[in-house]
Amino acid sequence: MNSQSCVNIEKEWDIVSARQLGRNLARKLGFGTVDQARIATAISELARNIYLYAGSGEIYFDIVEDHPKKGIRIRAIDQGQGIEDIGKVMKDGYSTSGGLGAGLPGVKRLMDEFHISSVPGAGTEVEVVKWLR
Amino acid sequence: MNKKLQGLVLKNSDEIIRLWLRKVDQNHKKKLGQVAEVSDELFEGTNREFANVIFSMVENKGSTEELKTFSERLIQLGWPLSYLTDGMQVFRNVTVDYLLNQTEIVTKEDCIEVLHMVDDWIDPIIHHLVNEYSGNWENIVSLQKVALQELSAPLIPVVQGITIMPLIGTIDTERAKLIMENLLHGVTKHNAEVVLMDITGVPVVDTMVAHHIIQAAEAVRLIGATCILVGIRPEIAQTIVNLGINLERFPTKSSLKKGFEAALELTGRRIIDMDGSGDKIEELLETLSKE
Ligand SMILES: Nc1ncnc2c1ncn2[C@@H]1O[C@H](COP(=O)(O)OP(=O)(O)OP(=O)(O)O)[C@@H](O)[C@H]1O
Ligand SMILES: [Mg+2]
Repeated sequence: MNSQSCVNIEKEWDIVSARQLGRNLARKLGFGTVDQARIATAISELARNIYLYAGSGEIYFDIVEDHPKKGIRIRAIDQGQGIEDIGKVMKDGYSTSGGLGAGLPGVKRLMDEFHISSVPGAGTEVEVVKWLR
Repeated sequence: MNKKLQGLVLKNSDEIIRLWLRKVDQNHKKKLGQVAEVSDELFEGTNREFANVIFSMVENKGSTEELKTFSERLIQLGWPLSYLTDGMQVFRNVTVDYLLNQTEIVTKEDCIEVLHMVDDWIDPIIHHLVNEYSGNWENIVSLQKVALQELSAPLIPVVQGITIMPLIGTIDTERAKLIMENLLHGVTKHNAEVVLMDITGVPVVDTMVAHHIIQAAEAVRLIGATCILVGIRPEIAQTIVNLGINLERFPTKSSLKKGFEAALELTGRRIIDMDGSGDKIEELLETLSKE
């Protein structure tokens, strides 16, 4: 189960495939219902951001081990327009698309670890981890 | 086209059909059995018919009527396209083999021509069959799309003034729009004072879904009715809180049952026991809510 899986995000329904894959992986790892829902929701947010702002990209899934901890890692990578001001997009309520602007700050709260890096004009990468407890 | 070769095939059609049937018989029956109920008679009869259709295509090139009727019937029977395409491949192999083995009549120079000629027979038939089948599939898909749309945001008037919209399955942007439209249309049409939006069956409530729900509830409020969000499963409640989404602007209830009671109250009504054993209605409501 250590192999990495990936879902390409191009169409809106790819978001559903990504979160189904993530949820199944989380279930197999032993995450409870609430954490499964958190993980699926986080994937949904990241995938939708790719779909909306970058046009296309990939979501990678793998299992991380940091003895004795075990967890699921999700990376959302795109080569889209990138983000100018990370501080701004991490604030609740900031949206350039008329959305709630709750996606990225929400993902940070849903997951245990959250890293975002972006190069304007070159793309964005968000990496999140949820540890099994 | 080479008349000599065509004549040879037509003259020996019985032999070619025999060879073809023998080959088709073995592997195809088993495959077919997985998708459709097929009796031996039906299978053999259809194979013969198929062979005849192929030969009549070879004989009078261009007439596709027979082929059309035949493929339509197979579509009706639910036989897979692979039965036909595999059958055509077998026909190709058998015919080519047969012709190349007639060494007294078919010379070395004819070889290439044999291959071309057989391709010329077979390819249009396969092309036609694939078109018939895919046309049928497209038709089915578009019908199912309509059916899905009808199912995707249903509105059920339960009692005077109270309407329920049960949502099951993933909500994408297209469906979110439909929910809004149906909600507003239905509230007006049924004169609803309260709409219960039940999200028990929605697997993931992310910011997009939440945003649409909030907008829909807001729109319902603007036309003078109340939207109550019901069926919020515990894990969904947790993720909504984590996302930092505020649903306090309109009423929410954990179950359809509680929502219905609240709706009755809002419309100035209440469930009363007629004979002291009022559990009946409780039970009824219990089955209504999918908790
Ligand atoms: N992958 C990305 N590429 C480029 N810009 C992005 C990307 N992801 C987010 N953004 C920018 O960050 C902003 C905030 O994102 P966030 O997901 O928090 O909110 P939102 O998508 O606008 O609304 P929602 O609450 O529906 O998610 C977006 O409006 C967008 O401008
Ligand atoms: Mg977002």
